[in-house]
Amino acid sequence: MTAVRTPALSPVTRPPISPPSLLRASTAIVWRNLLHIRRMPEMLLDVTVQSVMFVLLFAYVFGGAIAVEGSNYREFLLPGIMVQTMVFSSAIVAMGLTNDLQKGFVDRFKSLPVPRPAVLVGRSISSLIHSSIGVVVMGLTGLLIGWRIRNGVVDGVLGFLLLLLFGFALIWLGIWVGSLMRTVEAVQGFMFTVMFPLTFVANTFAPTETMPAWLRTIAEWNPVSAVTQACRELWGNGPPAGPDAAWPLQNAVAVSVAWSLIFMAVFAPLAVSAFRRRSRD
Amino acid sequence: MTAAPAVEAVELVKHFGQTRAVDGVSFVVPTGTVLGLLGPNGAGKTTLVRMLTTLSVPTGGTGRVAGYDILREPTQVRRSMGLTGQAATVDEILTGRENLKLIGSLYGLPKSHVREATERLFDRFDLTEAADRMAKTYSGGMRRRLDLAVSLLAAPPILFLDEPTTGLDPQSRSGLWAVLRELVDEGTTLVLTTQYLEEADHLADEIVVVDHGKVIAAGTPTQLKDQAGQASVVVTLTNAADLDDAARLMRSHSPEVHVERGSRRLTARAAGLGDMTRIAAVFESSGIELDDLGLARPSLDDVFLHLTGHRAEAEAADGTTEQTPEGVTP
Repeated sequence: MTAVRTPALSPVTRPPISPPSLLRASTAIVWRNLLHIRRMPEMLLDVTVQSVMFVLLFAYVFGGAIAVEGSNYREFLLPGIMVQTMVFSSAIVAMGLTNDLQKGFVDRFKSLPVPRPAVLVGRSISSLIHSSIGVVVMGLTGLLIGWRIRNGVVDGVLGFLLLLLFGFALIWLGIWVGSLMRTVEAVQGFMFTVMFPLTFVANTFAPTETMPAWLRTIAEWNPVSAVTQACRELWGNGPPAGPDAAWPLQNAVAVSVAWSLIFMAVFAPLAVSAFRRRSRD
Repeated sequence: MTAAPAVEAVELVKHFGQTRAVDGVSFVVPTGTVLGLLGPNGAGKTTLVRMLTTLSVPTGGTGRVAGYDILREPTQVRRSMGLTGQAATVDEILTGRENLKLIGSLYGLPKSHVREATERLFDRFDLTEAADRMAKTYSGGMRRRLDLAVSLLAAPPILFLDEPTTGLDPQSRSGLWAVLRELVDEGTTLVLTTQYLEEADHLADEIVVVDHGKVIAAGTPTQLKDQAGQASVVVTLTNAADLDDAARLMRSHSPEVHVERGSRRLTARAAGLGDMTRIAAVFESSGIELDDLGLARPSLDDVFLHLTGHRAEAEAADGTTEQTPEGVTP
């Protein structure tokens, strides 16, 4: 009796495998990430309840004490707080990615015949959607308390596109940090330490004119300030930067686009190589 | 013998900084067989599997899966195999069904196949009732089964399992073993890592023992047991009064006979089945009544101790290992 097993390479009839395109794989991952948000609506607290809370806190608690020349504080506030929300999407992407790396989802993914960038692309898109929900919630809250887009549809849309572009650029920073760090807690600690000064030492919540000279210089060269100023101008929510303001604020829209491109050029290669290194071991 | 090997490791090396996690490991897994990679925690088993499944890039050497080179043809390798990792990598927030749907679309499988295969796999793995519950509500055993179902969605001819039963209760473990046996019967090639000697003994056709990143022994479970020491014939008497006579009888065939009075048991060193049948014949003609007579081989645990000087399983550290009798019962 020869107990040789049949050398069948295909045990059962295999279904046709057609490795998905980058787009299809990324879409599947976005679907999965959005399901996570639907199952755990508390994940959205940061961009829903908190957004409303921050808008109201700043508008009514601090607003009265902050004088804005040529505009009212609520008009001034909304673009700033929206930019802050977009900046925080880099923290969201970083935490999501670290979680996926930690839980083994990235490993599972890597064992499949799928274009590897899909996990990053999927993450970026779902984080942008996440942040955009926040922007919409803020916009609606803003409309209720008197904020308006006053420069027409085209400029209005351009403002939102600029927000998305800046958010997308900073997402690469998030991917970089997420690939370097080992735990979600570490990522959270690091990102929030960076994000708070970045979004507060700027023209987001208060005019820079009243800051000490050295701080004003830092604030006005802060990329966040350029994007905020650009949105204010595009939406007609504030006067153009004064003659004594730093150069980036005088050319806010162009400078915002430039910053976004620079961030992408710097952080995207760092992020991709860190992610690749992390996923080699 | 002529069939192409399903999996080959060729001098695989992986260094993490100064640590040589895998230090030149080679083996061949013929199609349709089960290879057990046996070793303690930190022996390099997981790293080996990660390299072969293209998750990790080797520092040196290479490997082939279904004939495809893991370095040059990773996409082909990924299409040919399934992987069930050490930590069950199911998505806890998704339901069981959604997990399969996600993996199905990442394989680019037709939706109709995914639907049909999901029903079939859930039925087989007893998950149908839990199909629409979030995976975080599953027990450890259910998660492993879901993980396995995910790995089987594309019906891969080769399946890698990294410690598939670690942390499972004995019942879930034997359930999973049964499933793995079925897969093997269908022709799937399995490469599984385990710390459990019993598991390797139970499932594997061929065992590769790994310690400190190196292969320290390889062979069938029987070969490895033979290597660890000799077999023995174990005789249990019906009446304690016959003990001295029985010992005398056995000494005439084997120089070393050990008598345990309490359990009415005699153990004699034996070269193999021949010795056992001879001793059986002697007792047959002597008229001494026996409860049991059998050949005991050293367990894989003894093998491991013999090869490495330390035990493979933490649980076995208290020295509760026993010789497993296999053979005739009168």
